[in-house]
Amino acid sequence: MPAVSKGDGMRGLAVFISDIRNCKSKEAEIKRINKELANIRSKFKGDKALDGYSKKKYVCKLLFIFLLGHDIDFGHMEAVNLLSSNKYTEKQIGYLFISVLVNSNSELIRLINNAIKNDLSSRNPTFMCLALHCIANVGSREMAEAFAGEIPRILVAGDTMDSVKQSAALCLLRLYKASPDLVLMGEWTSRVVHLLNDQHMGVVTAAISLITCLSQKNPDEFKTCVSLAVSRLSRIVSSASTDLQDYTYYFVPAPWLSCKLLRLLQCYPPPEDGAVKGRLVECLETILNKAQEPPKSKKVQHSNAKNAILFEAISLIIHYDSEPNLLVRACNQLGQFLQHRETNLRYLALESMCTLASSEFSHEAVKTHIETVINALKTERDVSVRQRAADLLYAMCDRSNAKQIVAEMLSYLETADYSIREEMVLKVAILAEKYAVDYSWYVDTILNLIRIAGDYVSEEVWYRVIQIVINRDDVQGYAAKTVFEALQAPACHENMVKVGGYILGEFGNLIAGDPRSSPLVQFNLLHSKFHLCSVPTRALLLSAYIKFINLFPETKATIQEVLRSDSQIRNSDVELQQRAVEYLKLSSIASTDVLATVLEEMPPFPERESSILAKLKKKKGPGVVPVSELEDGKREGGELNGGGDRGPDSAMSASNASTPSPSADLLGLRSAAPVSAAAPSAGSLLVDVFSESGAGGPAAAVNDDGFLRFVCKNNGVLFENQLLQIGIKSEYRQNLGRMYLFYGNKTSVQFASFSTTVSYPGELQSQLNVQTKPVEPLVEGGAQVQQVLNIECITDFSEAPQLNIKFRYGGALQNITLKLPVTINKFFQPTEMAATDFFQRWKQLSQPQQEAQKIFKANHGMDTEVLKAKLLGLGTALLENVDPNPENYVCAGVVQTKSQQVGVLLRLEPNAQAQPGVQMYRLTLRSSKDTVSKRLCDLLAEQF
Amino acid sequence: MIGGLFIYNHKGEVLISRVYRDDIGYVQWEGSIRSSSSYLSPPSPPRRNAVDAFRVNVIHARQQVRSPVTNIARTSFFHVKRSNIWLAAVTKQNVNAAMVFEFLYKMCDVMSAYFGKISEENIKNNFVLIYELLDEILDFGYPQNSETGALKTFITQQGIKGQTKEEQSQITSQVTGQIGWRREGIKYRRNELFLDVLESVNLLMSPQGQVLSAHVSGRVVMKSYLSGMPECKFGMNDKIVIDKAGKGGTTDEAVKSGKQSIAIDDCTFHQCVRLSKFDSERSISFIPPDGEYELMRYRTTKDIILPFRVIPLVREVGRTKLEVKVVIKSNFKPSLLAQKIEVRIPTPLNTSGVQVICMKGKAKYKASENAIVWKIKRMAGMKESQISAEIELLPTNDKKKWARPPISMNFEVPFAPSGLKVRYLKVFESKLNYSDHDVIKWVRYIGRSGIYETRC
Repeated sequence: MPAVSKGDGMRGLAVFISDIRNCKSKEAEIKRINKELANIRSKFKGDKALDGYSKKKYVCKLLFIFLLGHDIDFGHMEAVNLLSSNKYTEKQIGYLFISVLVNSNSELIRLINNAIKNDLSSRNPTFMCLALHCIANVGSREMAEAFAGEIPRILVAGDTMDSVKQSAALCLLRLYKASPDLVLMGEWTSRVVHLLNDQHMGVVTAAISLITCLSQKNPDEFKTCVSLAVSRLSRIVSSASTDLQDYTYYFVPAPWLSCKLLRLLQCYPPPEDGAVKGRLVECLETILNKAQEPPKSKKVQHSNAKNAILFEAISLIIHYDSEPNLLVRACNQLGQFLQHRETNLRYLALESMCTLASSEFSHEAVKTHIETVINALKTERDVSVRQRAADLLYAMCDRSNAKQIVAEMLSYLETADYSIREEMVLKVAILAEKYAVDYSWYVDTILNLIRIAGDYVSEEVWYRVIQIVINRDDVQGYAAKTVFEALQAPACHENMVKVGGYILGEFGNLIAGDPRSSPLVQFNLLHSKFHLCSVPTRALLLSAYIKFINLFPETKATIQEVLRSDSQIRNSDVELQQRAVEYLKLSSIASTDVLATVLEEMPPFPERESSILAKLKKKKGPGVVPVSELEDGKREGGELNGGGDRGPDSAMSASNASTPSPSADLLGLRSAAPVSAAAPSAGSLLVDVFSESGAGGPAAAVNDDGFLRFVCKNNGVLFENQLLQIGIKSEYRQNLGRMYLFYGNKTSVQFASFSTTVSYPGELQSQLNVQTKPVEPLVEGGAQVQQVLNIECITDFSEAPQLNIKFRYGGALQNITLKLPVTINKFFQPTEMAATDFFQRWKQLSQPQQEAQKIFKANHGMDTEVLKAKLLGLGTALLENVDPNPENYVCAGVVQTKSQQVGVLLRLEPNAQAQPGVQMYRLTLRSSKDTVSKRLCDLLAEQF
Repeated sequence: MIGGLFIYNHKGEVLISRVYRDDIGYVQWEGSIRSSSSYLSPPSPPRRNAVDAFRVNVIHARQQVRSPVTNIARTSFFHVKRSNIWLAAVTKQNVNAAMVFEFLYKMCDVMSAYFGKISEENIKNNFVLIYELLDEILDFGYPQNSETGALKTFITQQGIKGQTKEEQSQITSQVTGQIGWRREGIKYRRNELFLDVLESVNLLMSPQGQVLSAHVSGRVVMKSYLSGMPECKFGMNDKIVIDKAGKGGTTDEAVKSGKQSIAIDDCTFHQCVRLSKFDSERSISFIPPDGEYELMRYRTTKDIILPFRVIPLVREVGRTKLEVKVVIKSNFKPSLLAQKIEVRIPTPLNTSGVQVICMKGKAKYKASENAIVWKIKRMAGMKESQISAEIELLPTNDKKKWARPPISMNFEVPFAPSGLKVRYLKVFESKLNYSDHDVIKWVRYIGRSGIYETRC
């Protein structure tokens, strides 16, 4: 870089800046600036022969004024002039001004581009670099359009200077990130890969950033980089710290480059070529070995650089997940870091170990560090490190150490930070359930959990306990006993009261034999908590009381007394009052038999996935709970739940059917309380967690409804779940259609490898042609991507094409299959005709197979306007004054396909008083093709 | 009522902080808390918030705050600015904003009466005095006696004078008495009074000479050196009074005098004026304070004499040149002389050079203000003068057209543009031995420009 001569100091600028700084008020500053601007204007206007130095000075002043927040509307021309100067400083100021001030739609852009082009083609490397920096700094689409072709050429040209190559690579990276569609892959791509072999380390570092970015989008094109990267890496790793002179940082050879190389390798699977792989393994081993060596310097930079490489290497090892030896070594290395005095290192070690724990090879190795991790959980000062320790404990837990870990976590919970308590509670609950061999242990654990951190125990957790207790006969007695004991404590958490109320209400009889827990004692214990509880809990307790009446007739009088008291029967809360009144009546009117039937023991809950898992998943975001474990948990959760397979509906109807009293709805409510709360969450939350195994099952079912909604309309929301919303917008003309699909990411996490495919069930392949453009593989959190589908109808069809959407949310692969709402009626062309024409044609199409007729009940009200709108939405022409009966609707249209046109006549006859309270329709369709009539008839029958 | 009063310098540092009510302390506001070195009294932390809130949101606001009333977190800040000094009254209640501003202006008057110009230096030098004054003129946020004359009797800059019991009780009885603005026993060898009618005329005129809006706001300021407790009666050519008089008197007189009468839109008086008498008879009678004070304030909008007419001519020659010609015509009696005439012609923002030719006075292009300033020292009535300028422009990328701000003018004329005339000022002092004829009376009229603009 040319040295700045003394004359370039620009005294005027310095004076101006100090003037501004000395201004006492805003007004004074504005005055000074106005004065300066007028001066510059007169200078620019006045003598034409302004020399380069003053031009530079004034442009600098303008830049300063602009940066102070004032508008600058002149001087651009002078800045552009500076670009063509031959002096470095002048050119530099010119480029600076332009990258800060010139907006893309300026008319000067042509001149600027010209100047940049000149500089790019000049042989002066500094000028070339300035031009490249300017392109990168502006980074607009226009810049990309103008130079995206040029820069790769510079990058791969043999005679380009190293420094220029560096700039070119980074400039290209910037343009590619800003507008990837304009940077076209070409023959230069293969040559870019070979930059990895470049002599100059700076060039390699710059190129590798570019290659990493490019290869994420087009992994195949850059496959060859793997072997090059490996050889490069091995050369660096094996070099002595003195070999690379300029690129040795505190005795570590080229740390940035090494990290980038390792990161690039993480984009690809392990190399297939044995030799390359061997070399890579050797490198990784060397890196691990080096970590063991004593540090060459005491400086923190040295260890930072070394550890950066080490952690990148470990993530690569984890990414490959195929070298047991390396995995174990990595784990041991991390184990050492666990006790390091550097907090950041401990954090990183715990985090990496979390991922290591999910690998089958290193799981055992990770487990050996359990003591250290538990210790970290207890003694660590930094809350984020403690959080990681808790995560790791969760990840390393299995059958063998579950009891220990759960116990540790429970004991930690008492002192845990408030911010992570809820998560800890969920984790404990999940682990206890997942690895429970002995249910009494499970019940103990959860009750402990409620006792220690009741406030953080969510609904799901105690629902789950009750589900499990109800489904397992062998644990019920124990549960009742434990709960009874737990309730003895003078101060219980409300969740404990809830669990207690429920379990004693169901299984209190199992411990009634003991005089210490006789029915009355149980009741009095529960009732002593009653007044301290919130309304929902009180409602639950009231239901427990009525169950008591059934279980222990001797308590009837006492309980009735309680129910009759003003505080119950006249409670200001409607729910409580109603329960009190109805239970009271039920207990006094119904016979014991009826009572026994109504208040039968709860049927076992249907086998369901634990909703707690879903909750944890949702809370934590993806990536923390490895997929394999989730499946594991699901399987074990399944066997834990036992054979109950009756759905909640059947459970409810069972209790309802046998209920003669008006309290049926209430009992329904009661029995539904835990189930319905668990069911929707299981239904909605779990679909997304487990949908990889559930395939499109539930999703398709949802969509079927969505599909039918789109028969008469073209726009709307096709599908929606926790993660994804799919909106649709479509237009049809003749036999062609275009459909816009909008995929909205409802989460805050990006979806990776997002892809969609359209499949054709049955013989649809030959009937319909759908062309899609691929969508972006990455959908950012909260973002929406659009996909266009071009549809051509070749001949009439009855199936609907299916859209399959795959993406990764966190670690888990999501798979959704939807029916695309493309139906034959979309290709309708409306036909207007008079009454006589209509009936003439109607008669012409009188062959039995040409007609399709259906009589069906109305699903919706018979609102004329709604019906008309639907019929118009169908695509046909709605013919007025054709049918002699004004109630009836008559439509006509032509279905346009590529091969033929099918005329369709439609007649819809509503019958509002078919039977009392039932509205019926008769739908008749006649068309020249029997399949069309049939299909349309089927479709339409669902619409009214 | 006013919860507190703060005085800041231009940097936003607190010079004076006086809190009257606790409620203003709890101002929750958004924004970064910047540490500032508070001058003199470091207030307690909660109060700090209100102080900081005003500084951050008004003084240091990114965009200049133009409203004199700012609401921050349900707390109202009323401010006035005197050169580089900000006076801010703070309240959490729903107060009469006009009252608060009146008080702030009075506060400024009082301060300048005590130590001259309100500047950072003066405030720092007189902070004890200011706190003393603040204690006196505001009580629990309610404005009290702010009459400079009265204040000066018991708040002095000379330190505590050894006051006798009698003197003290006299002060007490005077301040709390019916005529709090004048003390007893004043004696002058020469009974003299000065009456100034100060008016400022505001105008907005279209390029074609159409008056878009015009009004005069005037003040009658009196300086009295009268002995005893004189009763004064002030008469002017108020239309209502003249008409009423005309009804009783001869029609001849009514026509003659009615021509010169003016319609006053609204007026306010000094507290010494007996409002009941004004309401019933529309006569202005009062016992004047000693020294200088403002007797009344008024506003008129009808039949205003516009002292100057500005005729602008702007011609754009291509994209790079602008020709401006401005003619001013004086429109009053040739015998009178206008002074301090200044015409301000705005120039476009991309002006690169200006050539000015004027027949009279001096004209100069002031780049820092983006205007040509033309100054004439003196100009007689019924004359005209002209300036022409060539403005060179620099071509810009901006397609925005120049907004052409109006040409403004400043001047001073020796008559009242509203047409107000003092008819009489009678002085009666029954106890002492002097009559109306013995009092020497001086009357002066000064008409100044307010916002006097002509569009071009």
